[in-house]
Amino acid sequence: MTTTIGRRATGSGSPTASGDRKGAHARRIHGSPWIAVGFAAPLVIYLIAFYAYPLIRSVDLSVHDYNIRAFVQGNAEFVGLENYVDVIQSDLFPTALWNTFLFVGVSILFQYAIGLALAVFFRNSFRLSGFLRALFLVPWLLPLIVSASTWAWMMNSDSGIINSFLGAFGMEPINWITSPDTALLAVIIANIWLGIPFNLVILYSGLQNIPGEVYEAASLDGAGAWKIFWRITFPLLRPVSAITILLGLVYTLKVVDIVWIMTKGGPANSSLTLAVWSYREAFGTGQPAFSPASAIGNLLIVIALVFGLFYVRLQRREEH
Amino acid sequence: MALNAHGRPRRTWWKTALGIFFTLLMLFPVYWMVNVSLTQRSDLRNDPPNILPLDPTFEGYQAVFDQQLPALGISLLIGFGCVVLTVALAAPAGYAIALLRLRGGRTLNFILLVAQMIPAVVMAMGFYAIYVRLGLLNSIPGLILADSTIAVPFGVLLFTAFMSGIPRELLQAARMDGASAWRTFVSVVMPISRNSVLTVSLFAFLWAWSDFVFASTLARNADFVPITLSIYAYIGNNTTQWNAIMATAVVASIPAAVLLVFAQRYVAAGVTAGAVKD
Repeated sequence: MTTTIGRRATGSGSPTASGDRKGAHARRIHGSPWIAVGFAAPLVIYLIAFYAYPLIRSVDLSVHDYNIRAFVQGNAEFVGLENYVDVIQSDLFPTALWNTFLFVGVSILFQYAIGLALAVFFRNSFRLSGFLRALFLVPWLLPLIVSASTWAWMMNSDSGIINSFLGAFGMEPINWITSPDTALLAVIIANIWLGIPFNLVILYSGLQNIPGEVYEAASLDGAGAWKIFWRITFPLLRPVSAITILLGLVYTLKVVDIVWIMTKGGPANSSLTLAVWSYREAFGTGQPAFSPASAIGNLLIVIALVFGLFYVRLQRREEH
Repeated sequence: MALNAHGRPRRTWWKTALGIFFTLLMLFPVYWMVNVSLTQRSDLRNDPPNILPLDPTFEGYQAVFDQQLPALGISLLIGFGCVVLTVALAAPAGYAIALLRLRGGRTLNFILLVAQMIPAVVMAMGFYAIYVRLGLLNSIPGLILADSTIAVPFGVLLFTAFMSGIPRELLQAARMDGASAWRTFVSVVMPISRNSVLTVSLFAFLWAWSDFVFASTLARNADFVPITLSIYAYIGNNTTQWNAIMATAVVASIPAAVLLVFAQRYVAAGVTAGAVKD
């Protein structure tokens, strides 16, 4: 099942759908249960071949010592958890972990806060509100290479519009992308921009599900807009907020493209996150090091799954 | 909503004004991309930069048409391949889970949710290891297969959610008329689900079109270049020709624009339903 908010938004959650599951078997429309299996079989085979198997291969890479030759011949030496130990003991590990924490944490915080503010703003429809809300989807739809290169040019030290804007206020130009002090900030800013539409759309559809009477009752009681938000909107929106934030966490953890295209994780590893580090080890240099790369990637999966399982639990609870 | 019915335009004009301001702020980077794409090369390093393309040049777009058409064609091909593969896999599976009461359907849904959480870079390494042996590296079918993994779980979840809403009486009626499960699927379920097919297709296309991670790993040394890699190579090679880079970026954004104009409501529905983007 998809999220309950999604079902309402797509308008597909017709009441007949939920009919009691216990009686379902007796009323199977097409005789044999194998017919259902037949329809799902291509997907199951696909999942095994193109999800499970690559995952197994990636675990396999991480417990062997692979180089390019061993890759083709398939005779890499088994090293157990050595790659994981090497990665965790590496000087880069604390840096990458901290950068990941900042990248994910700060991005989510601002995406959520701005997305929520906009969702509340757009809740009472006004002229053009639907049209403007649609335009807010644009950053989310653009190919990442497009957004990343646009931001890179806007943040260019000498000819970027951002520095020239700051200069108009008498501020010194900032070497956004080329200075280790600001490179992480630069990719976080771009990433916040990318994530606002997603937060806006989900939170907006969550707001639509809060009955209007609740607001009317509150305003009859003389509560101001600020009070209504904190006493009513925010608490009632909590399940949707939790889902939005957890999904945001899972998706932000694995971001590679935006960082790689803008900074390649540099300068001096200042914007290196775990996902980017993994990408760089495997594909970013002339010397592919798949074994440490997959060890980093698998650590990332573990972190993502922790949040992911929280999300699934929350969503299940929402459904009942 | 209710407020609007009573609210007079006079009371909300400032909201519209504020809304327009927020939208302009949000879309400034998009404007800037278009602006830079039209700027003369000699003006690119002006300080302050030209805010309006008062003296536009189309040399950037000329470069796109001279150099980027093959890349655009390749991305189009990969996108369509991905759409076909995704719908062909996801629609029958959604039918099985939602309407045929597939045993283990809930487990399958759970697996799909988790599958969406696997980082693309990990998948890329797994695919690389497999493709080296199979000879699928730097091939278009290989890239289509890898790109489809972004959209397939989303597709199944969306089809399942939509098809759960199809009244069972309809299927029973088809059954009474002697239609087989396959016939019901093709003649009843699929026509009713055409909006879901459209939504899934749009996203499958857009994600394949936008893919960078799989293209830059599994098709690095290919003799074909999708548009994302083409822009990436552009950025690396000549940092002076930013008008051409931005012109390519504008052209690469066309599918997103088309999607927004013609299928905006499906886009919003898609975001909330599957809540995924890689």
